[in-house]
Amino acid sequence: MSGIPHDHYEPKSGFEKWLDERLPIVGLAYGTLMIPTPKNLNWWWIWGIVLAFCLVMQIVTGIILVMHYTPHVDLAFASVEHIMRNVNGGHMIRYIHMNGASLFFLAVYIHIFRGLFYGSYKAPREITWIVGMIIYLLMMATGFMGYVLPWGQMSFWGATVITGLFGAIPFIGEPLQTFLLGGPAVDNATLNRFFSLHYLLPFVIAALVAVHIWAFHTTGNNNPTGVEVRRGSKEEAKKDTLPFWPYFVIKDLFALGLILIGFFAIVGFMPNYLGHPDNYIEANALATPAHIVPEWYFLPFYAILRAFTADVWVVQLVSFVTGGIIDAKFFGVLAMFGAIIVMALAPWLDTSSVRSGQYRPAFKWWYRLLLIDFVVLMWVGARDTNFPHDWISLIGSTYWFAYFLVILPLLGLFEKPSTPPATIEEDFNAHYPGAAE
Amino acid sequence: MSHADDHEGTRRDFLYYATGGAAAVTAGAAVWPLVNQMNPSADVRALSSIRVDIADVAVGSQITVKWLGKPVFIRRRTQEEIDVARADNTADNLIDAFARNDNRDAALSADDQNRAMDEAGEWLVMMGVCTHLGCVPLGDGAGEFGGWYCPCHGSHYDTSGRIRKGPAPENLPVPVAVFVDETTIKLG
Repeated sequence: MSGIPHDHYEPKSGFEKWLDERLPIVGLAYGTLMIPTPKNLNWWWIWGIVLAFCLVMQIVTGIILVMHYTPHVDLAFASVEHIMRNVNGGHMIRYIHMNGASLFFLAVYIHIFRGLFYGSYKAPREITWIVGMIIYLLMMATGFMGYVLPWGQMSFWGATVITGLFGAIPFIGEPLQTFLLGGPAVDNATLNRFFSLHYLLPFVIAALVAVHIWAFHTTGNNNPTGVEVRRGSKEEAKKDTLPFWPYFVIKDLFALGLILIGFFAIVGFMPNYLGHPDNYIEANALATPAHIVPEWYFLPFYAILRAFTADVWVVQLVSFVTGGIIDAKFFGVLAMFGAIIVMALAPWLDTSSVRSGQYRPAFKWWYRLLLIDFVVLMWVGARDTNFPHDWISLIGSTYWFAYFLVILPLLGLFEKPSTPPATIEEDFNAHYPGAAE
Repeated sequence: MSHADDHEGTRRDFLYYATGGAAAVTAGAAVWPLVNQMNPSADVRALSSIRVDIADVAVGSQITVKWLGKPVFIRRRTQEEIDVARADNTADNLIDAFARNDNRDAALSADDQNRAMDEAGEWLVMMGVCTHLGCVPLGDGAGEFGGWYCPCHGSHYDTSGRIRKGPAPENLPVPVAVFVDETTIKLG
């Protein structure tokens, strides 16, 4: 199925031949596992395996948690405490699931920024990129709804604020919000449907992961040089690649092992570090916590949501032009979703003919600034909205949009890139002079 | 077959479109209940009107009741609070110029007389939901204007529940409310 020429599975025994004629499943697994992979992949290419592992870990621990959890406003909080105190090993399973979400998002952000640097989103890998962005959106929906289930104060008020975003949509906002919540406010109906969807979406994600893998197995992996694998013959391709199994699987699993050491150190010794203490107070519709802070992985986009207040001239202009239909609140919602949409459109916004950022001297600096911008937005998203945080979030949000909408299109026209190596083999031999046969 | 070349308006075309149309209608009819179940259920809708006993509310105090899943503030104001609220009718820092009272005309100004339940202005009933991002403001004289203060992002409301300072865009809305007798208020 890959475009790169490689050996195919040959059924040998009688049973294998019998099965292969009826269901070529072994051949499919063989082709997937033995895919020729560029041999110059660096350590930034390990996060795909980490993500696959996270998905499986979250599904397994999640299914176990559901065996003890009760999705009802009167019992949800108590049932989570029941898991923490009474269920055998329940506290550990819950802490793994809780912190697993954080590892999942850490991995997905590194994975996305890897792609942004090495131009993995560029032709012919646009579909891989778009499917990845959809997976990321579904991850955010799943993570948000999962955070509501323990029915603590942050669960409740986070749900109130986030579903309030839909209420900001002109004309249909309020009926839509009521429809999504199943009532005038976050209540039992909301908890139940969030539980149902929190259980469903991971399986949708799993299906999309298969599509994601299918897409990049069709185009072949990108690699740090951005140079395509030679496809003239099997021998030529072999000079640029190694089979995924065992070379990359072992490398990735080694990296996964190191990452899990850090992960379990957090799960074991500081499991609530990334959480919020207010979520250990049961939800109360009549009292708001002093600060409503989303989970860390939502903070950059939360900062963009809050950045565009009514006193920003762009907001006033848009509000004037649309006759007040797009007010500050709705503008913020559009900006937040827009921030993800511009990222998804990167394949068509980047005009550079060179794929990898390694060979783009000016791009490197803008890209580093984007990384810093992301971290600054994450920091400011957890702060209050007073001076200077309002200015920091506004400048940060502006750069985010400028990077995708202005800098990426213009850089390709004005930048003088250096010359990438002719082949992956050449790049590999330059790094490992002794390895050349 | 003289009609073999003419595909327009044949019996087969009619059957084709009729079948397609019937299939679309059937699919829509089958999907609608699956969507409609998301809307508020009968028990949730039944709670859209409640009666609140206010016999025990002393002057200068307030109660918070849950109505439609949200808090409603019912405050029995002191004469001083009423006077301050009415004196501020002409203040130049009223951010929202409308009464936001579901019992009255939507075009009415934000005068305290248009927001209070009774002529004298003793009873003030309003949603306890900040118009910024939906937090519950603190009451009992909180904030710079002696009314309510939202701790989330620092919105100050005066003794009439009008937004005076901070990011909230609108006054605290007054829900549909009537006195059914001397000591009972019906919400909704």
